[in-house]
Amino acid sequence: MTSMIGKTIRRWWIVFLLPTIVAFLIGFLVPFIMGVYLSFTRFTTVSDSRWVGLDNYRGVFSDKEFQHALVFTVLFTLVTTLVVNVAGFFVAYMFTKAMKGANLFRAVFFMPNLIGGIILGYVWQLLLNAVFGHWGRSLTYSGTYGFWGLVILMCWQQIGYMMVIYIAGMQALPDDVMEAAAVDGASSRQILFKVTIPLMMPSITVCTFLTVTNGFKLFDQNLALTNGAPSNTSEMLALNIYRTFYGRTGYEGVGQAKAVIFFIIVAIVALIQNRLTTRKEVTA
Amino acid sequence: MKRTDLKHGWVWTVVFALLSIFWVFPIALVVVNSFKNKIYISQSTFSLPTSKTFVGLQNYARGIRRTNLIASFGWTVVVTVGAVGLMLLCTSMCAWWIVRVNNIPSKVIYLLFLFSMIVPFQMVMFPLSKIADMLGLNTPWGLWVLYLGFGCGMCVFMFTGVIKSLPMDIEEAAMIDGASVPRTFFTILVPIMRPSLVSVAILETMWIWNDFLLPYLTLDMRKYKTASIAIQYLKGGYGAVDMGAMMGCLVLTIIPIIIFYIFCQKYIIAGVTAGAVKG
Repeated sequence: MTSMIGKTIRRWWIVFLLPTIVAFLIGFLVPFIMGVYLSFTRFTTVSDSRWVGLDNYRGVFSDKEFQHALVFTVLFTLVTTLVVNVAGFFVAYMFTKAMKGANLFRAVFFMPNLIGGIILGYVWQLLLNAVFGHWGRSLTYSGTYGFWGLVILMCWQQIGYMMVIYIAGMQALPDDVMEAAAVDGASSRQILFKVTIPLMMPSITVCTFLTVTNGFKLFDQNLALTNGAPSNTSEMLALNIYRTFYGRTGYEGVGQAKAVIFFIIVAIVALIQNRLTTRKEVTA
Repeated sequence: MKRTDLKHGWVWTVVFALLSIFWVFPIALVVVNSFKNKIYISQSTFSLPTSKTFVGLQNYARGIRRTNLIASFGWTVVVTVGAVGLMLLCTSMCAWWIVRVNNIPSKVIYLLFLFSMIVPFQMVMFPLSKIADMLGLNTPWGLWVLYLGFGCGMCVFMFTGVIKSLPMDIEEAAMIDGASVPRTFFTILVPIMRPSLVSVAILETMWIWNDFLLPYLTLDMRKYKTASIAIQYLKGGYGAVDMGAMMGCLVLTIIPIIIFYIFCQKYIIAGVTAGAVKG
């Protein structure tokens, strides 16, 4: 049922609702629907599209580089999600204890998140090339170098971000439960594994979700650090899609089909993960 | 949670101090190299500038000249401030309308906003860049509209969460006393929503300031570049990359952010936390 003020407000839709809706149509809904349609057509601009059915999708599945990018991205996401969350949780755990300098360290760890991915990519390119240069190699020596380079860069960036979320979660934990556990004689290790971690599941859900989606959607850092070199072996999904669109003419349809598949993967991951981890949440 | 004492606290302080140095090291390395002659940067990255390799501020001057960095910086400010301002205004109003009207269309719109949150940019990037071109939105102020459209889902989601928890009584009382709908919104809702407005502003600023692909695909590159695009152009030019100019530009884009961070750290961390709790 609509309330009295609801009826009054409804008449003001032109002022309150319309601006956002118009922008939403231009910036999201129309491009999204066009994107789905275009993935079934052959086109070079959006106005000359010709229906080709599932041809583009067949093109995607026979594309070796896309498969490589998919495997690369999945592995990258697994590694970074694990490392970032374990490290972020540990750092947050230490910083919520009475430690001298914790505030300063927290500020330092978070800092990379304010700097753009392109800039971070070039910053790390300098460092990693100098390190590998010691053995006469560079970041673009092979795809494996690029992989670990990207992993290091993204861990360096994201640990601080997840740490901030974990710290907030830990500070909100109820004191009485912790004290009760301590009074009952639980060791600090037992408290951590039997009390703190179960109670922290909501934060863990949020952070895993964030790291997984960040990993899948990574583009800027990939572009700046290696740009896929050597010969696209360090290329992730988002960059592969970008290159299919803008790197070779005649493949726009395939690029759009890849984008649709990419969207479906990201959506499924988001849904499954939310299901899985919310079930583990415990309330105090 | 109470801050319990750590065993061997000073050991951990030393460990984390070393880690912090490692965290700052990549950026410090860029700063050090920005003072070296460009031919020595790749050869001897880890050595400090010597009288032979030191070039003063030449790299900075050349970097600014080659990328037109000052203008790019200005455009980044214009895009970010305008887009964030427009998003805060429009999406908070929209969220209030959705929550209070609460009929079927408003629910459908809300679900569409939620849906847009899980769609990656690559899905819409090609049609979006063509539409932006057709509608003449390839300017910094055109980007305000595009950011509002692509980013409104998260903002509306955060604001509806806050508004749902507010009692309607105050708004009702204001309207019965004769306040118009806009006046009720701006004098009653906006002050109550201030903390979440700040959080959303922080999150959106962090996104838009650093965004590369959306402006790169939509802006008219002959006239406007953002700072990230300017740096990418420096790399993408023909011939060997001018490492000196690159270092200078990197430092110049990082310094303002660090200064901003030092002053607003409290708000930034609070914003990130609030965003995570609801996201």
